[in-house]
Amino acid sequence: MNLTLQIWRQKNADAKGAMETYKVENISPDSSFLEMLDILNDQLINEGKEPVAFDHDCREGICGMCSLQINGEPHGPGRAITTCQLHMRKFKDGDTIYIEPFRAKAFPVIKDLVVDRSAFDRIQHAGGYISVNTSGNTQDANAIPVEKEKADKAFDAATCIGCGACVAACKNASAMLFTSAKVSQFALLPQGRIEATERVLNMVKQMDLEGFGNCTNTGACEIECPKGISLENIARMNREYLKASVK
Amino acid sequence: MWFVKNMITRKNLMALTGLFLAFFLIIHLLGNLQLLLPDEVAREQYNWYSHLLAGNIVIEIIAIVLYACILLHLADAIYLTIRGRKVSGNYRLDKRARASTWYSRNMMFLGAVIFAFLVIHFKDFWYQYKFGTLPLDEKGHKDLYTLVVTAFGQLWYVIVYIIAIIALGYHMLHGVFSAHRTLGLYHPVYNRIVRTAGVVFSVAMTFGYAVIPIVIYIKQPL
Ligand code: HEM
Ligand code: SF4
Ligand code: FES
Repeated sequence: MNLTLQIWRQKNADAKGAMETYKVENISPDSSFLEMLDILNDQLINEGKEPVAFDHDCREGICGMCSLQINGEPHGPGRAITTCQLHMRKFKDGDTIYIEPFRAKAFPVIKDLVVDRSAFDRIQHAGGYISVNTSGNTQDANAIPVEKEKADKAFDAATCIGCGACVAACKNASAMLFTSAKVSQFALLPQGRIEATERVLNMVKQMDLEGFGNCTNTGACEIECPKGISLENIARMNREYLKASVK
Repeated sequence: MWFVKNMITRKNLMALTGLFLAFFLIIHLLGNLQLLLPDEVAREQYNWYSHLLAGNIVIEIIAIVLYACILLHLADAIYLTIRGRKVSGNYRLDKRARASTWYSRNMMFLGAVIFAFLVIHFKDFWYQYKFGTLPLDEKGHKDLYTLVVTAFGQLWYVIVYIIAIIALGYHMLHGVFSAHRTLGLYHPVYNRIVRTAGVVFSVAMTFGYAVIPIVIYIKQPL
């Protein structure tokens, strides 16, 4: 396949960026999107030019690093996949592909397509954990019975990989889907109930501080989420928050 | 409420005020359907009904709550929409619209249309009734009926109404569902019921309100 790429180039956080045009040739339809970018970078290095910086790590859809807005959608045109799981057969020979970083005030661009998503880490640090003593006398995990339905929902919420696609998909750059998944995964389990009140208050507070927008329930995040995190989690977090703030 | 910086709380307030406004729509519609009675009955009954409402202290209080709801809803709408605009980014190529409905993304625009309509609506009917000098009917009540029927005799006026009512319908099509989510009122079993009820409600309100000006326009003596 021969493709034209429109890629966002930006030297550093302070520089003004711009879209630049590149051409790649003889791309196999079976290669992944990131492999296509690797080929482009080899080409640029051979020409003595600066390669395009982009985030990636596991390349198998579990780490959440590969954050790219491809043709105007987070993780590209596919549904329920990360960028590293996107294959070139999704595109046609001769296509022009737009590649931009995820954009939100809380996700500043560091370089080219790489954004700083440490805002998510700080939300997680604000309460996305349970306090247990792990020094030696660890309890058996199954000592406390958990309803199957709740265990399943908690597990589904816990599959969030923190990729940020929900923020990139949202017209308000809201981080409610991410935060609510992290709140839900604990709120649903007896082990998580103990700190439930402070958890939701602190995580929501941090979310607001980081400069994310509010939620309008458009549902775009749920559609674009590579892990299919349900909008129901947002409603659950709203309820948890309301409960916690009247306590 | 400007001091409440927390977005979930502000959004809760917006949902409550929105739902109250939506509930008011039912009552308002039921009252105004009297306009569709046969001409002479309608005139007498509608003017009597308006007179009854105007003099009632309970209605006065509900009216004040209603105005407060509109203002709070408006304040939160503006605050949250501006915040969303400020913190979200612009893409050179933006296809995000594929993932949501147009009316859920444009609640502020639909709201602005509704608000513009409310200004006209208040000026032409509410203000006239309260502060204008209206002729009296045989029973000695202010003749609001004739004022309304005359207004709806003009085609452009009917069209303005229909546009606003359609905007209102779409606003609530998303709003009723969204408000329940915002208030954390969800349950796997009731989710579908809330969704369906929201759609039925929005469609019913749209038709109910649209029918009044259309029927009056068609019925008028040429
Ligand atoms: C009779 C008039 C109105 C009714 C019945 C109504 C109803 C509602 C409801 C039920 C919601 C959902 C709240 C939520 O999602 O939590 C809502 C949201 C909203 N309304 Fe209204 N509203 C009305 C007028 C207005 C006006 C005049 C404006 C603005 C000028 C407006 C702007 C908005 C906005 C921006 C939202 C936010 C959408 C969202 O975040 O989901 N509304 N409205
Ligand atoms: S909720 Fe989905 S889209 Fe958002 S960070 Fe988690 S995995 Fe990514
Ligand atoms: S590189 Fe790890 S999810 Fe894509």
